[in-house]
Amino acid sequence: MNIQHIAWYLSLSLVMLSVVFCFIRIIIGPILPDRVVALDLTANLLISFIAIYSVITNQPVYIDVVIALALIVFLTTVAFANLIVWQSYSEKKKINKEIL
Amino acid sequence: MNILNTVCMLIGSLFILIAAIGVLRMPDLLMRMHAATKAGTLGTGLILIGVIFHFQKWNVTIEAFLTILFIFITAPIASHLLARAAYFRGVKLAKITITDELKGYYDRKIP
Repeated sequence: MNIQHIAWYLSLSLVMLSVVFCFIRIIIGPILPDRVVALDLTANLLISFIAIYSVITNQPVYIDVVIALALIVFLTTVAFANLIVWQSYSEKKKINKEIL
Repeated sequence: MNILNTVCMLIGSLFILIAAIGVLRMPDLLMRMHAATKAGTLGTGLILIGVIFHFQKWNVTIEAFLTILFIFITAPIASHLLARAAYFRGVKLAKITITDELKGYYDRKIP
């Protein structure tokens, strides 16, 4: 347990504290885009968490997991953005039908 | 190289903590997105550079650089798409907003 291990575990705990903050935002977020922003940041935090964990356990296999996670997270954010656009379009159509 | 690894990881995790505090404390959706995207991307990139300094092998270096490149390409695209969708949906802007240059061009409704 030298200074380097202490620094690694310190950065790991800082990342997990950030995950707690993001989860608080996901719970109290007023609308859907707030929660999507917090989930996007949480995915970034998971990427850095796995990277620090691969350094601590000294196994470079976990970097493959990082690449796969970074590829998937982008697709989820784009899908949520399309979902928000479709919801607003359907609400506008409903309002127009009520007016007509 | 050990010193570089430790310094990169500590600075990256500090940037990530700043991003999470910004997501928790900012008053507006667009300000939250501003804090999350920039600081989060920089922190993740710094931590991956620390991984490169620790292992010093070719395969790990190439994979970590690919991850950094992909995050730097896709984070602005995803953030821009989300901000555009949220603006069309109609988010409530904060009271300290000075200018809204898209005001009047789209019919947005405040929830």
